[in-house]
Amino acid sequence: MFSNKWFRILFYVALFAGGLMIGKSFFAKTATYVPAPAVVRQFETTSGTDAAGAISAASLSGDILEVKDGESILEAVKKAKPGDLIRVYPGKYKETVYIDKDNISFQGVIIEGEWPTLDGEKELNDAFLYSGNGIRIENFKIMNYKGNGIMGQAGNNFIIRNNWILDAGVYGIFPEFGKNGLIEHNVLSGIEDAAIYVGMCDNIDVRHNEVYENVAGIEIENSRHCLVEYNYAHNNTGGILAFITPGLPIKTAYDIIIRNNFIVDNNHPNFGAPGSIVSGIPPGSGIIVMAADDVTIENNIITGNDNAAIGITDLSMGANLSNDPDSEPNPDRVVILDNFMENNGNNPVGEVKLLMQASMLDSAPDIIAIGGGTGSCIRNRERYSTFGLGDWGQCTTGDTKEITTMMLDTLVAPRAITMEEKGNLTYYGICAGCHAYDIRMIGPPINVIQAIYKNNPQGMADFMAAPTHKREDYPEMPPQNYLSPETRLAVAEYILKLKQ
Amino acid sequence: MKKKKKTALLVVTLIAVLSSFYFLLGYQSKQDGKLACNCPPGFQLTEQNTCILRNLYQQYSSLQNSGVGGLKTALPTVRDGFSPQQIDLGRLLFFDPILSGDKSISCASCHNPYKGFADGKAVTVGVGGAVQTRSAPTLWNVAYLNSFFWDGRSHSLEDQMQGPLFSPIEMGATRTQLLSTLNANRNYKELFSEAFPTEPSDSIQLNQIYTSIAAFESTLISLNSRYDQYAHGYDQALNDKEIEGLNIFRSFVARCAECHTPPLFTNQQIAVIGVPELEGKPLDPGAEIPNNDASMRGGFKVPSLRNIAKTAPYMHSGSMETLRDAAEFYNLGRGHAVPKDENLILHWHIWEPNLSDDELDRLVDFMNTLTDESFIPQIPKDVPSGLPVNIFKPIDNKVKTGSKVSMD
Repeated sequence: MFSNKWFRILFYVALFAGGLMIGKSFFAKTATYVPAPAVVRQFETTSGTDAAGAISAASLSGDILEVKDGESILEAVKKAKPGDLIRVYPGKYKETVYIDKDNISFQGVIIEGEWPTLDGEKELNDAFLYSGNGIRIENFKIMNYKGNGIMGQAGNNFIIRNNWILDAGVYGIFPEFGKNGLIEHNVLSGIEDAAIYVGMCDNIDVRHNEVYENVAGIEIENSRHCLVEYNYAHNNTGGILAFITPGLPIKTAYDIIIRNNFIVDNNHPNFGAPGSIVSGIPPGSGIIVMAADDVTIENNIITGNDNAAIGITDLSMGANLSNDPDSEPNPDRVVILDNFMENNGNNPVGEVKLLMQASMLDSAPDIIAIGGGTGSCIRNRERYSTFGLGDWGQCTTGDTKEITTMMLDTLVAPRAITMEEKGNLTYYGICAGCHAYDIRMIGPPINVIQAIYKNNPQGMADFMAAPTHKREDYPEMPPQNYLSPETRLAVAEYILKLKQ
Repeated sequence: MKKKKKTALLVVTLIAVLSSFYFLLGYQSKQDGKLACNCPPGFQLTEQNTCILRNLYQQYSSLQNSGVGGLKTALPTVRDGFSPQQIDLGRLLFFDPILSGDKSISCASCHNPYKGFADGKAVTVGVGGAVQTRSAPTLWNVAYLNSFFWDGRSHSLEDQMQGPLFSPIEMGATRTQLLSTLNANRNYKELFSEAFPTEPSDSIQLNQIYTSIAAFESTLISLNSRYDQYAHGYDQALNDKEIEGLNIFRSFVARCAECHTPPLFTNQQIAVIGVPELEGKPLDPGAEIPNNDASMRGGFKVPSLRNIAKTAPYMHSGSMETLRDAAEFYNLGRGHAVPKDENLILHWHIWEPNLSDDELDRLVDFMNTLTDESFIPQIPKDVPSGLPVNIFKPIDNKVKTGSKVSMD
């Protein structure tokens, strides 16, 4: 069945390609018939990871639903089944698309430079809001939202790529509580907090994105196992950040590689909302590591950042944050390998400026470390001007090239649960509110029910979906139709086996 | 065929009659001072005679086992594993005014099952009418919490309950007095030896009291709201307005879900949000005191929003009458209610979301979907001390019909 679907897709692609050729030869330039592009796999070759391919294979196995200008993407989501692809054609879509299902893919179709555009007109909150696993969002232009462009809450195995996000509000792309995700080939600007914000996530690759004119370009916060690579961060207030923020329920940030990025001229005035964490970022910051551990900074080109190329600080810098006794405040084991740094620190501000004045220096050094932290090292430190790196060692590792991705080899699988377990959880979690084995509660005892539905679990499952009032001396049972047919059968079978 | 049906009917009737006898017997034995040998709703009895919580959230996982996330996310680690007898004894203690110094109030006086396990007052009132400074928090789902009191200063139920029990202005008991009263009560001595069969039965111990009450409190589970039906995959459980409310709730404009994070609707952190006190009262320093940390001044634990519709008035100070007021607080501007001479470090999510009136209404609609009292425990008619329980079901039908309130 799976290969059938692919065959079908390939068939349609071939059909369209054929149609295109015929169309071209017959109608030359006047052709209005535009083929559906085969962009399903457009970037898979450049992502260089098997993990992304695995997500695609798993999330895309169903039908293709098409949405055209004037129609609603959300309506398509409501119709979609897990495995379906929603293909959106150029046009303006003013809506908030929320996805509380698994394995739904969204693919914009860009035709002659015309994008499918989600435009919140500064009235809507968020463009995409998902909680499901296996969500793919690609090829959308998103603008004028008040909250986030794309926000995930606990969805695993996601791909967000080739989106063009302008002034989307607080965050451009913000997966939260997600595991195993890819954010690549997106272009984001005009965001008043972090353009790409990986918050409380694990195993995320952020690659090949361009972020500019935002307060923060890319922020990795309270997350583990992240690779930030081949991005172009320019003219933000701060380019790339690796932070522990205190007061969040997941407390750590470690195993983060910032590699092969261009981090250039991040001198934009800070326009963060008053009180926001990023509102404290000094303009001119290339990379900031705050309290995060095991951060490797390698082979980046960091130029023209007026405050400092790399700042490393403990939580005491976050003066606008309440302390959190459960957050470890020091950046430990930061590793700075070979990087290109030039023309940074020309116009230091804030604490760095005070430090420079105290040290009678005109410009700031490339690398500044303030506060606590142990076990950090730097390679070829003589290449850079530094401050506060007195107790840093010489790195023994040369590079991280053996690490090509932080994503997982295999998808995060849903927790495996047998039908018997499902029946057990449903019985005790729901049914036991009204039924007990041999005691009259609100509903009749289980042993009475067992006698009625002996060898007929389906009968019981059907009754619980649409109960009728059968017993004068009991209240009518409320329908349990919110449980799926599968769950109802599982619990019916479980109930028939109960012995106490 | 017909005959078969008839026999089946007979069997069913017989079993029904027999089981109702059984029920009566069970009821009777309770009157004799024996404790329940079954677990309360939501719990499965193990061969070791412990009650283990079961619910549909156990089919999910959460990042770093944090118990926070989205719709299909596992809950935090739960406190369970008490015996049915300990739970039942805890229930009797919970409703028994014998626990207070002057025998006038019980735990249930401030944590009333008919008032969402709170008391409907802005701030609580202790023995002799002593007015407190903070609002009574609900006990629903405390089995999932890792810190207690509004300032988060306690880290176990057993530790927490000693606060109100032995505060002279709350329940006003003392340890010695509590032990001597309970040990002088023959009923309780019997019940404690039944609930703690492996421990010496010559006298009741304080830790047995704490264990029993904690056992009962940890059975107050509310996870079957209409929201939960939606979360588990039934998208018709919420109407359009409620879904709109959910989307505002989790949007990054309102940002409610950033701290009131599903599935428990709290991330269990301390947050300084600048809530006003009741008129004329000084600023409550909150978490600053137990942590001895000025940066946490005015900080309070993020409360769960489950059954929130049942526990007005709101906030630590009880200064908000309705859910609408509470939602609007966040819309009135960062720090608008902070006294001028205070310099609180407000939480970064407190900003100016500029929600419309409609959006605030939708947030209230959504919060109303978090109500579920289907596992409300039985309130004992009589408690072993013989003192009056004084917890009455409200007559004004404020307990919504449809929620399954069991009768004793």
